[in-house]
Amino acid sequence: MSERITGAEALVRGLVAEGVDILFGYPGGVVLPIYDAIYDAEGLRHILVRHEQGAVHAADGYARVTGKPGVALVTSGPGATNTVTGIANAYMDSIPLVVITGQVATSVIGTDAFQESDITGITLPITKHNYLLKDAREVPEVIKEAFHIATTGRPGPVLIDMPVDVSKGEVDFVYPASVNLPGYKPTYRGHAKQIKQAANLIAKARKPLLYVGGGVLASGASKEIKELAELMQLPVTSTLMGKGAFPEDHHLAIGMPGMHGAKYTNYSITETDLLIGVGVRFDDRVTGKLAAFASKAKVIHVDIDPAEIGKNKPVDVPIVGDAKNVVAALVAELRKTGAEPRTDAWMRAIDDWRNRFPLHYHKESATIMPQRVVERIDELTAGRETIICTEVGQNQMWAMQFHKALEPRSWVSSGGLGTMGFGFPAAIGAQAGRPDALVIDIAGDGSFQMVSQELATAKIHNLPVKVVILNNGFLGMVRQWQELFYGKRYSESVLPQDCPDFVKLAEAYGCFGVRATKPEDVDQALEAAFAFDGPAIVDCRVEAEECVFPMVAPGGSIDEMLGGIPGCPVSEMLDDELLEEVWE
Amino acid sequence: MQHTLSVLVENKPGVLTRVTSLFSRRGFNIDSLAVGVTEDPTLSRITMVVSAAETPLEQITKQLHKLVNVIKIQDLDPAEMVYRELVLIKVNAPPERRHEVIEVTNVFRAKIIDVGKNSLTIEATGTVEKLAAMEDLLRAYGIKELARTGRIALARGSRES
Repeated sequence: MSERITGAEALVRGLVAEGVDILFGYPGGVVLPIYDAIYDAEGLRHILVRHEQGAVHAADGYARVTGKPGVALVTSGPGATNTVTGIANAYMDSIPLVVITGQVATSVIGTDAFQESDITGITLPITKHNYLLKDAREVPEVIKEAFHIATTGRPGPVLIDMPVDVSKGEVDFVYPASVNLPGYKPTYRGHAKQIKQAANLIAKARKPLLYVGGGVLASGASKEIKELAELMQLPVTSTLMGKGAFPEDHHLAIGMPGMHGAKYTNYSITETDLLIGVGVRFDDRVTGKLAAFASKAKVIHVDIDPAEIGKNKPVDVPIVGDAKNVVAALVAELRKTGAEPRTDAWMRAIDDWRNRFPLHYHKESATIMPQRVVERIDELTAGRETIICTEVGQNQMWAMQFHKALEPRSWVSSGGLGTMGFGFPAAIGAQAGRPDALVIDIAGDGSFQMVSQELATAKIHNLPVKVVILNNGFLGMVRQWQELFYGKRYSESVLPQDCPDFVKLAEAYGCFGVRATKPEDVDQALEAAFAFDGPAIVDCRVEAEECVFPMVAPGGSIDEMLGGIPGCPVSEMLDDELLEEVWE
Repeated sequence: MQHTLSVLVENKPGVLTRVTSLFSRRGFNIDSLAVGVTEDPTLSRITMVVSAAETPLEQITKQLHKLVNVIKIQDLDPAEMVYRELVLIKVNAPPERRHEVIEVTNVFRAKIIDVGKNSLTIEATGTVEKLAAMEDLLRAYGIKELARTGRIALARGSRES
């Protein structure tokens, strides 16, 4: 039985049919029919942001912590173009979003009408797919397809552009039960022969290394990864996108690889004889100089996107498939063949590096060390359901290095696009999706100022996000590069530490603000913010010119790290006796 | 190396843009392009000639596969395909030299499709080499205008799919 309703009502019914309970948005002229339809829609909570970019980032944060697609709704023209950064961010990080933009009436498309922009054209390279609707009758099918495409295969953002006459037009509403997309058939199951071959390599390897990324989280494969790692005693490095996929307090967890990875992590990659990449894409921030990356290793690469396999690094055993399926099949194969772990000496070698080259910072400093703030956040939230979000830059790298993520979907950070101003709206979305969690945005003073207007959103919708600003009065990572590579010429990277006054800014929005200027203030300030029933800002005046170390110079080989031991080749860093055992 | 890609796509608005913008975004140049509806009106075939080495071609083919509207891609083997281009050439042909131009046209089994006071318009199909040879001969008379299609191609009968 169908019912005759408007396109806008059909959109709302489609959203509800897809299980959407929250959407983030901002109204405007051509989406008024849609806003009218959601005015009394049941079971649909709309969160009004203060800028459309915030809506998309919030939907993105929501998606990352819930595993459900995030939904944003904005108007045409500037509303639509303001979503571009958020969409590009989600595309780079493979986050499922459905973004609905209003459009001018079909009769005036192409005439430079008021608030017209060709948003499907603009977002062509940054969406997994997009639609320009022409008729209300297309609405149910397109909503169904959009959610299907966004959430299956390699997830990503899908945009639906909805002209105002389509919203007002009529449709006999029947929601389709399935989609018909002849050109879209993701591969979920790995090739059996390839899986056998991979299992065989894993069983034989003496120095294997599991390298896991965002694909493991997208696929929900954390349990399988843990089984594989424990069965074969494989050390595990998680990328920025894969943080939380494997518990970081596990003795097999060896930190993040790449530009700001720990020395022991990068040395392990340089020395490994079998690199097992799962849901990763060999990003340049991970690999550094490609020719030197895992150059002694055979490579197994598991990914659901065939285009990622062999894109950057040649692969010995490619497996196209869903991480959960493939890793489960690998575990089954290894069990069947009775493979035994052989990594005892290898783990001792890694632990030796770990003891000799730990991440470190100046612990006796009279000023607040940013790394210490991150450690204290972990310690003060121990045992609580906590989600850590970050901005981009030094704050993000310190959070990455010193925060230990123990659960999947408890870490929200902009990876591929490196979007300053992502963390705070993403934290708002995360809080909306996980109301019981303590959601903390570890921020920089620069990043936070790009989106501080969203304090109103957090306050009004009662989303008690805590923003901990590592306020060093600089665009810290820019300053660090200028210090290291541009002779300390701090061109346009200085931001006065007390402008704005973040405590007053918090108060202006009716939120809680507190400042820490000395190391002994930190605990009290954090505890006060975490205990406050509402959004809060902690303005931590941290050491101004602290650098993130270790650091691989851009384009350098990942075992040559600034803040490492200059000129000391990796092989000499191994204890001789251990080395012999590993090599035998 | 030159490749002839035969790409079967859904016949919907914007699909050609999706395909061509992918090529430019990933740094590929398209040497020739021809698009038309197939025996099934819901499908179009895009025939593209691109110059690329194997590895980058594999990458662009995989990226192309990811487009939701792309159904099938074939990299046609030059030995196992038939292909044609079509060219229209308006050539100077004053009455006293007209018979020479007609002779050239006949040799290449081309057709005269328009006759002006001082010009002839010739339609020819064939391989790139044949059309280039004819164009070369006609240049002596003065080519006033020329238009050509991109290559269209199909796998030979033995490779039906």
